Amino acid sequence: MVDSLISNIISSKCVMLTIKMKKGSPHVDKIFKIIALAAATYVLVIIAMIVINLVTGSAPVWQKEGISFLTGSDWNSVEDRESYGAFPYIMGTLVNAGIAMLIAVPLSFGIGMFLSELSPKLLRTPLAMVIELLAAIPSVVYGLWGLLVFRAYIQDWIETPLHNLFGDQSIIFAGTPFGLDILTASIILAIMIIPTIASISKEIMLAVPNSQREAAYMLGATKWEAFRLAVLPYSKSGLIGATILGLGRAVGETMAVTMLIGNATGAAAIPTSLFQPGQTLATIMANEFAEASQGGLHLAALVGIGLILFIMAFVINVVAHLLVAKVVKSHEGAVLA
Amino acid sequence: MITPEQRAEFRKHFRYNVGRRLVLDKIVKGVVFSCVIVAIVPLVAILVNVFSNGAAALTWNFLTEIPGAVGSDDPGGIGPAIQGTMVLIGMSSLIGVPVGVMGGIFLSEYGNNRYGRTVRFFNDVLAEFPTIVIGVFAFVLIVLTVGNFSVWAGSFALSIVMLPIIMRTTEESLKLVPVTYREAGHALGIRRYRVIFTIVLSSAKNGLVTGILLAVARIAGETAPLVFTILGSSQFISDLNGPIDALPLRIWRLSSLPYDSAVTQGWGAAFILIIMVLSINIGVRYIFLRNKEKTFLKFKKMGVAS
Repeated sequence: MVDSLISNIISSKCVMLTIKMKKGSPHVDKIFKIIALAAATYVLVIIAMIVINLVTGSAPVWQKEGISFLTGSDWNSVEDRESYGAFPYIMGTLVNAGIAMLIAVPLSFGIGMFLSELSPKLLRTPLAMVIELLAAIPSVVYGLWGLLVFRAYIQDWIETPLHNLFGDQSIIFAGTPFGLDILTASIILAIMIIPTIASISKEIMLAVPNSQREAAYMLGATKWEAFRLAVLPYSKSGLIGATILGLGRAVGETMAVTMLIGNATGAAAIPTSLFQPGQTLATIMANEFAEASQGGLHLAALVGIGLILFIMAFVINVVAHLLVAKVVKSHEGAVLA
Repeated sequence: MITPEQRAEFRKHFRYNVGRRLVLDKIVKGVVFSCVIVAIVPLVAILVNVFSNGAAALTWNFLTEIPGAVGSDDPGGIGPAIQGTMVLIGMSSLIGVPVGVMGGIFLSEYGNNRYGRTVRFFNDVLAEFPTIVIGVFAFVLIVLTVGNFSVWAGSFALSIVMLPIIMRTTEESLKLVPVTYREAGHALGIRRYRVIFTIVLSSAKNGLVTGILLAVARIAGETAPLVFTILGSSQFISDLNGPIDALPLRIWRLSSLPYDSAVTQGWGAAFILIIMVLSINIGVRYIFLRNKEKTFLKFKKMGVAS
């Protein structure tokens, strides 16, 4: 009795709801789809507009400098003696990101291995969360901390001993350590990209089927051997993808690096020593932007630097996503789906 | 995966040197564990420093007043910066959220074709773009054309940072809604857009809200695009066509000043910013992990929730 009453009420509600929802002309559906399509297309339009604007904005500097904008190392914004070459900053970006990767990649793979293979299940989620919170901290806070706290430690405990040990004879440790240099910037950068690489590599390692590990254990492998022989080969291309994604972040990172790298310009910024102030593509834009007058060649040069950075980041990210997409395809949605 | 020859080789390999192999195993475990510790140390150090130094700067005046003249006795406060950050978050959400959600709907409901895959791919690429390039783009497009730094330009730049995050999280949460829900709607003869709005979106609203909150947390800390678009200011906002201040920008400016009061203020501003960003991140995680929400785990796999 009660049951039938309830089902009556429900079904009548359904009918009313249905009638209500059937209202509206069939065109609404088409319009809705078009709006959704437009929103999705917006992304492509934005990317195309970024390219167009950067190219037109930097056109004056390409006209004046030509290819020497890429290969030259003069950087002079004094009127009538203007000359712009981005080579030192391209090198600075590569060296800075490279050192950061050297530090971050082994650490991140270690973290990924600990979280996927060794950690007790109870500890896994909180630990992974703590690592990911590192990525949530804004770049500028890393910069502030690096400038006010970390710099003193790195200067006293790492740079000065290294400098005293190897002295000026060695090239990479030459120069008086000051704390605001390529090494400090790279270490902070490494800390910033660890969470990216670590959390992706953890997911990739977790996606390796347990049967692979069990097969290795059955043959008598230790945990490390099982990891090396069963997990690593299986997740290789995914790990490379994770590394390249980390590289993409490292290349484009601006604020923390700006505050720590010391900001050399021109030929002095070509990186030779770890203890020497440097400059990257991103930092020169942030630093000199305020000085560039609107419509001038200096501004065009900075936009041109933006174009170079854009191309670098674009290539890196496309390669990374293609690699990761390959993993997803071959492992059927296991990773980064 | 493992061929018989390889298996024979492994067996031979495993039979010998048991002692040495166990020692190696222990060493590797130790090294790997220390990797985790090494990564956690900076996080703890940053939080301890920001909280201990920042709490000292907090007063009511600090939160509400405008900054004092550089180097003067009265350091003033960061009121305009807090206000500016709020305004920027609000205004960029006005562009980023609707476009992102609609784009996500397209990818999930209509995107199972070549065009959908293209958009998805470029959306992922855009999500990883250096934000400073986006800042330069907004500068060339808006500031140079209009002729002045403005809130509009800043919001536009930040909405581009937001957009791919929201689009991707929306798509993923919509995809987790079972197809049977949609089929039930269609069986009743409900139009497709109503099915999407009333059935699919409301089932996926937790995931949607999470994605939006994570995007907000992300843009709250963005500095690089703002340098090129809102310039910074020491006054409260009076005109959407004028420059304003924002928390990350203020931290950057303060850090380059050689005064002790500026340093204290820098820590204070960093304290406020980090409280904002971390409370969103931790809050979202706490709620969704407690409910064992599938959506969030999926976001984490995508690397969006970070």
